[in-house]
Amino acid sequence: MSALVRSLLAGSILSGTPLLYATLAELVGERAGVVNLGLEGVMLIGAVTGFIATVHTGSAMAGVIAAALAGAVFNLVFAFLVVTRRANQLATGLALMFAGVGLSALLGARYIGSRISGLPEFRVPVLADVPIIGPAFFVHDGLVYAAAPLAVLLWWILFSTRWGLEVRVVGENPVAAFAAGKNPYALQYQALCLAGMLGGLAGAHLSLGVARTWAEWMTAGRGFIAVALVIFAKWHPLRAMAGALLFGGAISLEIQMQARGVKVSPFILDMLPYVLSLAVLAIWGGARRHTAPASLGRVFQGMP
Amino acid sequence: MLRDPRLHALARFAGLLGVALAVFAAVLLVFGKNPLRAYVDIFAGTLGSSYGFSETLVKMIPLVLAALAVAVPARIWLINVGGEGQLFVGALSATWAAIHLPGLPGWLLLPAMAALGFVGGGLWAALAGALRARGWVSETIATLLMNYVAILLVNFFVFGPWKDPEGVNYPQTAEFPAGALLPTLGGTRVHLGLLFALVATAVFAFVLARTRWGLEMRAIGGNAEAARRAGISITRYVVLLMFVGGGLAGLAGMAEVSAIQGRLRPSLSPGYGYSGFLISWLAGGSPAGIVAASFVLAVIVAGGDILQMTQELPGSVVNILMSVVLFVVLGRQGAGR
Repeated sequence: MSALVRSLLAGSILSGTPLLYATLAELVGERAGVVNLGLEGVMLIGAVTGFIATVHTGSAMAGVIAAALAGAVFNLVFAFLVVTRRANQLATGLALMFAGVGLSALLGARYIGSRISGLPEFRVPVLADVPIIGPAFFVHDGLVYAAAPLAVLLWWILFSTRWGLEVRVVGENPVAAFAAGKNPYALQYQALCLAGMLGGLAGAHLSLGVARTWAEWMTAGRGFIAVALVIFAKWHPLRAMAGALLFGGAISLEIQMQARGVKVSPFILDMLPYVLSLAVLAIWGGARRHTAPASLGRVFQGMP
Repeated sequence: MLRDPRLHALARFAGLLGVALAVFAAVLLVFGKNPLRAYVDIFAGTLGSSYGFSETLVKMIPLVLAALAVAVPARIWLINVGGEGQLFVGALSATWAAIHLPGLPGWLLLPAMAALGFVGGGLWAALAGALRARGWVSETIATLLMNYVAILLVNFFVFGPWKDPEGVNYPQTAEFPAGALLPTLGGTRVHLGLLFALVATAVFAFVLARTRWGLEMRAIGGNAEAARRAGISITRYVVLLMFVGGGLAGLAGMAEVSAIQGRLRPSLSPGYGYSGFLISWLAGGSPAGIVAASFVLAVIVAGGDILQMTQELPGSVVNILMSVVLFVVLGRQGAGR
């Protein structure tokens, strides 16, 4: 029993980590008023560049950095279209997803089956020896340990710094931000650049930390789950942690049930995270409208 | 020079397409492929022969239906990103009839499959519509997430209860009986689904322009609050239009299993549902535009199959070409709204 609890907890955290990075990525963009359905593509670009960089340099650290940079650059394509060219966000997002799927397949074709050791695990001294909790929480790779502090940092940035306030104002009312002497476009570019880095890290953790291999379309819809998780989190970084852990738990439960030979079709189990997302959103439904950034989906059109 | 605004629009579209082709050529060059050869392969393989042209039409059928699945609810600003899932559920429910009623003659079985495909895809979408109408979940998120559930559902059936006992390890159902196969045109794979797609487009155009429903849809799309005060039930339209949209995607799924695959397989669609969203957006929801944009995308999708064979490029590379076309159109001057 304790072995099951331990694997479930450890698995929830491991599977929840890429979701948390992805959710934070979507959250930053949405706080600046931009919905990005192309996060799936950004994650794939991060996953493939991280993997390739790791294969060539032998260093997972180099892979993580490459993934964050590639994610940021790729998301700037999206930023150019929706901010500068004022293109429709949903259509551009889907197009970005397609671009990410195709480009990552092209980049990764030669690396299918390549082997890497991936992100090294660190045992936290003393704490890792605590029964059950130790191995579940304190034997992970660096990106796992960095995820929760990053969520807290993002919360601090968004709600306690001047830049965070300005980003949120752009998301609520870009005309007000403009009237206050701020440049809404610049702030949205900055937010989307940060979002791209976080999306790249989400992908890197998938290919370097979880799967430790590259496969076409390995994100399997996690980018879309992240969009749902942002609503679940009511656009708040700390609640995003709870959401990511819950969904990581669903994925982990599914893996444990399969490993233990529970007689349920794996395809039915695979539905769990998606059905859970829907159910949670439906239950959440009522209060949603009051917390969404007011100008989400619209782009500043200049002063009338 | 070009006085006719339609000619002007066409010239602009050709210009944008040219830019997109140049960008994709640059991508191919970077990866050490010869873009000229790739384009020659694509065009010779799709438009250069009657066989290639027929294969392009084959790809166009599900694309038109999937685009209508988006365009119908979009009339009242509903965003249906779930065409892919609705297509899979339509294929699944049509397959039920092919498996369980094999003795029926074709003139009975095919309409039954089409009806089941329509209703299956329709209900799948109407569920998202109902969630939206209640104000619980945005239809964008609901339809997106339900895509994955639908694909897993198909996988569940073809790996489990409906698996072909003689199929060794292939995840697929047994071959459909002859009565469950849509008739095709001459020696090609172009099938009766083409008629579904064209009739659906014509009915959509007619309903929009000539009927009371079209007027009410325009009213809701124009100002929902005013329409509600005028006594139009918005809830009913939300659920109904999602049902019709999903039904059309379901019909595309039925046509794919019945005419192209001849059995249910999980590899039934290379993302027709998502492409449909982009087509509907490209066309601005106009019926004629949908047919034209579907044709362009069909050339790209069919071209992808050819590149995979002749240039040894991964099949998903066409996604790059498709997205570049979209980026160029999305980013054009004055596209903002």
